[in-house]
Amino acid sequence: MNSTTQARPYPNRRTLLKTAVSASIAAPLLGACVTSGGSDDSGAAAEGAPKTADNPLGVKADAPLEVVVFKGGYGDEYATRAEAQYAQKYPQAKIDHKGLQKVGEAMQPRFVAGNPPDVVDNTGAGRLDIATLVAAGQTGDLSDLLDAPALDQPGKKVRDTLLPGVVDDGTFGGKPVALNFTYTVWGLWYSKSFFAERGWQYPKTWAEMLTLCATIKKSGVAPWTYQGKYPEYLNDPLLSMAAKAGGLDLIKAVDNLEPGAWKQPGLVQAATAFAELAGKGYLLAGSEALSHTEAQAAWCQRKAAFIPCGSWLESEQKGVAPAGFDMVLGTVPAGGPSDRLPVTAVQAASSESFLVPTKATNPAGGREYLRILFSKASATAFAQANSTLPAVAGATDGLTLSSGLGSVRDAVTAAGADTFTYRFRTWYAPLAKAVDDATGELANKRISPADWSTRIQKAADALAKDTSVQKYTR
Amino acid sequence: MRHGRWRFLLGALVPALVLHVVFVLSPYAQAFYLSLTDWTGVAGAAHYVGAGNYARLGGDTLFLDAVRNNAVMLLVVPAVTIGLGLFLASALHRGGRGSRGGSAYQIVYFFPQLLSLVVIAVLWGFVYNPNTGLLNSGLRAIGLGGLAHSWLAEPRFALVAVMAVLIWSSVGFYVVLFRAAIDAIPLELFEAAKLDGAGDWSSFRHVIFPLLRENVRVAFVYLGIAALDGFAVVQVMTVGPGGPDGATEVIGLSLYRNAFTYGRFGYASAMGVALFFATLTLALLALRSGREERHAL
Repeated sequence: MNSTTQARPYPNRRTLLKTAVSASIAAPLLGACVTSGGSDDSGAAAEGAPKTADNPLGVKADAPLEVVVFKGGYGDEYATRAEAQYAQKYPQAKIDHKGLQKVGEAMQPRFVAGNPPDVVDNTGAGRLDIATLVAAGQTGDLSDLLDAPALDQPGKKVRDTLLPGVVDDGTFGGKPVALNFTYTVWGLWYSKSFFAERGWQYPKTWAEMLTLCATIKKSGVAPWTYQGKYPEYLNDPLLSMAAKAGGLDLIKAVDNLEPGAWKQPGLVQAATAFAELAGKGYLLAGSEALSHTEAQAAWCQRKAAFIPCGSWLESEQKGVAPAGFDMVLGTVPAGGPSDRLPVTAVQAASSESFLVPTKATNPAGGREYLRILFSKASATAFAQANSTLPAVAGATDGLTLSSGLGSVRDAVTAAGADTFTYRFRTWYAPLAKAVDDATGELANKRISPADWSTRIQKAADALAKDTSVQKYTR
Repeated sequence: MRHGRWRFLLGALVPALVLHVVFVLSPYAQAFYLSLTDWTGVAGAAHYVGAGNYARLGGDTLFLDAVRNNAVMLLVVPAVTIGLGLFLASALHRGGRGSRGGSAYQIVYFFPQLLSLVVIAVLWGFVYNPNTGLLNSGLRAIGLGGLAHSWLAEPRFALVAVMAVLIWSSVGFYVVLFRAAIDAIPLELFEAAKLDGAGDWSSFRHVIFPLLRENVRVAFVYLGIAALDGFAVVQVMTVGPGGPDGATEVIGLSLYRNAFTYGRFGYASAMGVALFFATLTLALLALRSGREERHAL
């Protein structure tokens, strides 16, 4: 047995080193491939046509237009509808439409090679990190689009037709580079019919919440569940509560990575409130390991009364929620009487971000396409088809809305100008991960609220010191 | 004639070599180069940053968690898988050569090998569900409800749960491999051992194990590489993923997150290069240790 194996050549230190050395010699030669497309900044952009009242962005009528959209939960029919309208206006333009599931995977090589499409809907699980795109100078300025007249609302500029915060959500370093099409509101969901049946009242303050939780628990139902596999879901109500206590100053300090931002009393109080929720056993046992589908299904089966989630919950639970479940989004209860924002304030942000790449061949056409897509008629059709709130104000006026979407619209109306959003999640993805991990530990009673703020502060400080990360301020 | 043969050989080899260089070697080489840059993955330009990315690895607590977890997996997964594989293979052998029951078992053990790792991770995710999962329900059904845990959400159990899945999914393959190797051992050796008064344990210890050493060594290399990976199972199954709080983080997951979520391809490439050398060293050590032993014989 041994005689045959003896002769087999075994790799030894010498062959290993030889391989490594030859690899490092070959590396610069072969390595040039991925990064070769960048140096030419010749800007193949089509010469714009003169700007007129009818053509405020100076679209060249015969320039082809390439649109890439994320074909996810909302499909891509809303995008093709806007394309048809574009084709009507510019019949000579050839339109290339792509509806993709993995936008990032498909677009990454196009951005690297410097020949991206004219419009990209950078959305979905595989999207490209927007902050990275911006830092790499790949996203074009949308200022002239925002200042162009709205398509079907005479006398208004595009920027005036959008819901509060939408322009800010797409602004990086003072420059608007992305326009988000849908509007998401975060809150606490409950079943109206279930609450009516049991005689429970949605609480306005955290003290009322705790009292109600005690009642709910006594009746044999878990007061809360959450999507424990992805702790960011629990972050939203926690950070909303902190924002209400500390106001916009608290949010700005957090987003601007100010020293001690995560030790502000508002944040520590909110963390304490959620630690108490866990400590009193008000979270459905096992929630910490449930995926979003499992936790949301448990909530639909009335095993828990509240679940934190964004306004997409209703469409996500289509077919899971029983008939007559009547889910409603409630705003996060106020922490105390000294809160800086009213209890009606909601965390809201736009998503489904549309970009016009810097190196697009027909950037004016791309922006004109967005002007059509963000018209009121287009947004209304979208809302009707997808029961989702679009980023265009008043798009749902006059529509008959389902229980969930109706409650979302009411929450937005009640909040008025008091909507807020944290930007650190999009600006600094690694910090978001640190916050998620800390909140998961907090909800499982493995760290105290003080530890929670200390460890996030440490991560934020490290990020603030890291010169390789592009910083943003608001 | 001779000339024509060379032409034929070149014609047959060159296309394959070119494909190998373009699609296998050049990505490796590019990763080496990118690990020295700050490439974001979305721009055409990258700046040379020297060893900066490697220096950063040492201060990245999540990456260090990943290294620790991969090290634990490296110690546990190959040893347990091979131990179980050897045990089951010799049990099947003891059960009788070619017996029908034995081959039925062998087929059953091999089943997990037929499933994609992602499917396995999804299925085990259901098994570990704290409320409705098979594991906790089973424990409760036999009156051991006190042992029920939130397997994937408790830091002390999460990595164990992941390793159990890795072991479960690979043990069947090694049972089949070892069984074939045991069957190849001449019967006379077993008979001689029996005549010398060897029991089951002694014939395993003194006949089967020494003659399977070569197979076990190869199994160690393969399983070691699998233990340094673990990405698919962790990504699909665990909390976070990689959690709770880094308890199941693996190098592959850190690499993936840095490249595709954070847009730090340069840094992620540095992780990849580090992992490459770790794997290479492991393979080398395992194979060299074999050579030295043989020289000593």
